[in-house]
This record gives sequence, structure tokens and C-alpha cells, in this order.
Amino acid sequence: MMPDLGKYAGVVLSSYVVALGLIVALVAVSIWRARRVKAALEQVEKRSKRDG
Amino acid sequence: MSLWEYANPVKFIRTTDMVLPWISVLAVLCLVTGLIWGFFFTPEDYRQGSTVKIIYLHVPSALMAINAWMMMLVASIIWIVRRHHVSALAARAAAPVGAVMTLIALATGALWGQPMWGTWWAWDPRLTSFLILFLFYLGYIALWSAIEDDDTAADLSSILCLVGSVFAVLSRYAVNFWNQGLHQGASLSLDKEENVADVFYFPLLVCIAGFVLLFVALVFLRTQTEIRARRTRALIAREQRG
Amino acid sequence: MRALLARDLRLAVRAGGGFGLGLSFFLIVTVLVPFGVGPETALLTRIAPGILWIGALLACLLSLDRILALDWEDGTLDLLATAPLPMEGIVSVKALAHWITTGLPLVLAAPVLGVLLNLAPGGYLWVLVSLAVGTPALSVIGTFGAALTIGLKRGGLLLSLLVLPLYVPTLIFGAEVARRGAEELDVATPLMLLAGISFGAVALLPFASAAVLRINLR
Repeated sequence: MMPDLGKYAGVVLSSYVVALGLIVALVAVSIWRARRVKAALEQVEKRSKRDG
Repeated sequence: MSLWEYANPVKFIRTTDMVLPWISVLAVLCLVTGLIWGFFFTPEDYRQGSTVKIIYLHVPSALMAINAWMMMLVASIIWIVRRHHVSALAARAAAPVGAVMTLIALATGALWGQPMWGTWWAWDPRLTSFLILFLFYLGYIALWSAIEDDDTAADLSSILCLVGSVFAVLSRYAVNFWNQGLHQGASLSLDKEENVADVFYFPLLVCIAGFVLLFVALVFLRTQTEIRARRTRALIAREQRG
Repeated sequence: MRALLARDLRLAVRAGGGFGLGLSFFLIVTVLVPFGVGPETALLTRIAPGILWIGALLACLLSLDRILALDWEDGTLDLLATAPLPMEGIVSVKALAHWITTGLPLVLAAPVLGVLLNLAPGGYLWVLVSLAVGTPALSVIGTFGAALTIGLKRGGLLLSLLVLPLYVPTLIFGAEVARRGAEELDVATPLMLLAGISFGAVALLPFASAAVLRINLR
């Protein structure tokens, strides 16, 4: 299954790990912040509707 | 029906909510296909050995690093001229994505350079320009987060984006002048014969499509977040006032 | 405008910080470099033009927040904004005052400090010329950065982060002129490019700085 990467295996694999890790981290942070902000907004909107 | 209708935040959120799942799925599909195709099913280059597989990450991320800045520039100009909030917030949302793309391009480039050029880092024009671009991203993000008032922050950072673009281009030529490079020329262009070979070319195209879609999806999502954050702040401010 | 320039210069001279601080910083940087890289004369000769340029650039950076911050704090800037002067003029005068109080002393001091770094004999003239041509650009770009960060409490660090990338082209061409001069090569091309950047920055950036200031004063 795994292709033979020869003597450059370490370099190739680590570049994939670094790049995919960064992408996943970016996506995770974006989604996490999107959820949090959405929840905060809903809360505030509920409150403002109840009061006003 | 015109493009400017999407300047309405509510309309923007509704539309992007509709397309966001499709774009995300498509992005993941392209990335997975392209990377698996590239990683498992392409031959090794006769000179570079297996390191050629890094191209599927390096070239698309480098491309997106520059395109993200271009998109921020356009969004900043739209904000300055027509003062649509969505546009300013989209520029803000794109900056961290662009910075991460620059970082990926730099990191994979360094890892590729180590076996090929015998060094992690060379003060080569392309590498140096990317490092400078990364610094510009950092400054832009820092300025956005330092200013509390939303409109002021949008105004100031869009002007910084304009001035920064001019200086980024100047730096590019200055750096070219300053040192001759190790980096190869363009590997993708429509009119040249010296492109990469077809076996590498098609998976690369799929990867580029994946990165573009990923960028669009992330910018949509993050712009929505910025719009909501801004609205939350406005509501809280109104509550406190009375 | 002349009155404003005279006022800024007088203030800088009276406060004493303007001339002294930048110059002493420049001196300290040039003194520290041999400690860092070793006292070998051949090596120092080789890196002297670059060190002088970087030292001048950092000294310039150090004094940037003084351009506008004091006037912002005591409200002078608000008054100036309502005066019949165009904002672009105010910004240009501020940059000019900064150059006279900081840039010019640095230009004049650079050849003297070159002695400490064992600068090649051909280099003195070109270090002087390149700094004289390049430092106005540093002042103008710095004024733009100062205008951007003016309303912030801890703007100093952000100011450096914003301004240093903008200094890259100036530094590259300036140091290139000085280096080629020291090695007695042809300096015409980088010198012309450096002058181009300087003139371009002086002509165009005040508009950006003025726009930024107007936003900050809103």
C-alpha cells in the first residue's frame, strides 16, 4: 500500500504532516470560533427580544 | 439582481449558509482525491526522487498565499469605495487563512529544499519574498486585532493593505535585484512548454482546485463569524446604553 | 507650514531627546556588532555598509512614535486638523521635522561610525550618499506607521511590526549602494532605484498618512 519513498521518506512525510496539520488546525479554529460566536449572538438576541 | 446584494449581511449569511456545505464537501473531495492521487499513484521524478510529491502541497499553498492577498486587496478597495461592511470583514477573515497558506508554502519549501539544495533556507528571491509576505500578513492581522472600534479598524487596515501591496511588489523586485535564486521558474503557465510533466500535472490541478475551494469555504465561514461577532458587539453595546 | 516646522524643530531641540537618543542608539548598535561577530577587521570591513544601514534604520524606527504621539496626547493634532492647512501638508511637515532631527544627524554620523567598523576607504562617500537619499523615505514611511498606530495604547511594538516590512525595499537598495560603493563597483543602478523609492514615497505616502490621520481623528 505505502509507496516506497526511498531515502527522502522523512522529508516527504514530514512536509505532508506539517501542511495537513496546519490546515486541520486552521479549519478547527475557524469552526470552533464560528460555533462560539454563533451561540453568543443567539444568546444576546434572545435576551434583547425578551427585554424589548 | 446584482453582486452588490450580497453586501447585505443577512443576505450574505443566508446565501453562504446555502452554498457552504457544498463547497466544503467539494473541497474535501478535491483535496483527498488530489493528494491521494499525488501521493500514492504518481511516479518518482528521475532527478528529485520522491520529494516531487511535495509539489502537491507546495504549489497550491503558494498560489493561495498570493491570491488571498489579492482578494484582501480587492475587498479593501471595495470597502474604501463603497463601504460595504461585508467586504471589510471578508478581508479580515481572509488574512489568517492567507498567513497559514504562506506558512505552509514556506515550511514545505524548506523541507523540499533540504535534500534538493542541501539547505533548509536560502536567501533566494522567491523564498525571501514569501517571508516578507508573511510579515505583511502578521502586521495586517495585528493591526486589525489592536483597534477596538470596528469601522476605524476596517478603514485603517484597508489602507494598510493598499500601501502594503505596493511595498510588497516593490520588495519582490528589490529582492530579485538583490540576489539571484536557486528556485526554479514558473512550473505552471499556459504558454510555456517547460511545465511539469502530465503525470504530475493533473493531480496537481486537482489539488489546486481543492485549495481554492478550501480557501473559499474558510473565507465564507470566517466572514459569517465576523459578521455575527460584530452584531453581538453592537447588541451588547445597545444593551449597556439603555 | 513654516511655523509648524519651526515649532516642531524647536520642541525637538528643547526636549533634547530627538537628536541625542537616535544618535546614541546608532552608536551603541555599531559598538555592539563587533562584540557579536568578533573583532576581525576583514570581516568588519565586509559587513560595515550593511551594519551602518541597519543601525540607521533601527535608530530611525526608535524615534517614530514621537512624530505624532505627543501632539496627539495634548490635543495639538485636533487643533491642527481644524486649521486651514491640508492634512497632507501637516503630515509632510511632521515627516520633514523627523528627518531633520533624526535622519540628518544619522547621515552625518554614519561615516564617523564607519571608522569604528573599519569601512573600506571608498565606502565613506557612498554610505553618506545612500543614507542621505534613503532616510527621507524612512521618515515618510515611518510617519505613515505612526499615523496608523496613533490611537493605540501599546502602539510601539505594533508600529515596528507594521513599519519594518515596509522598510525592506529601501534597506535593500540603500545597503546595496553602500556595499557596491565600498567595493568600488558601479553604484548607478541601485542608487537610481533608491532615489526612485524615496521620491515615490515622499510624493505619495503623505496622502495615505493624511487619510489615516483623518480616520483616527474622527
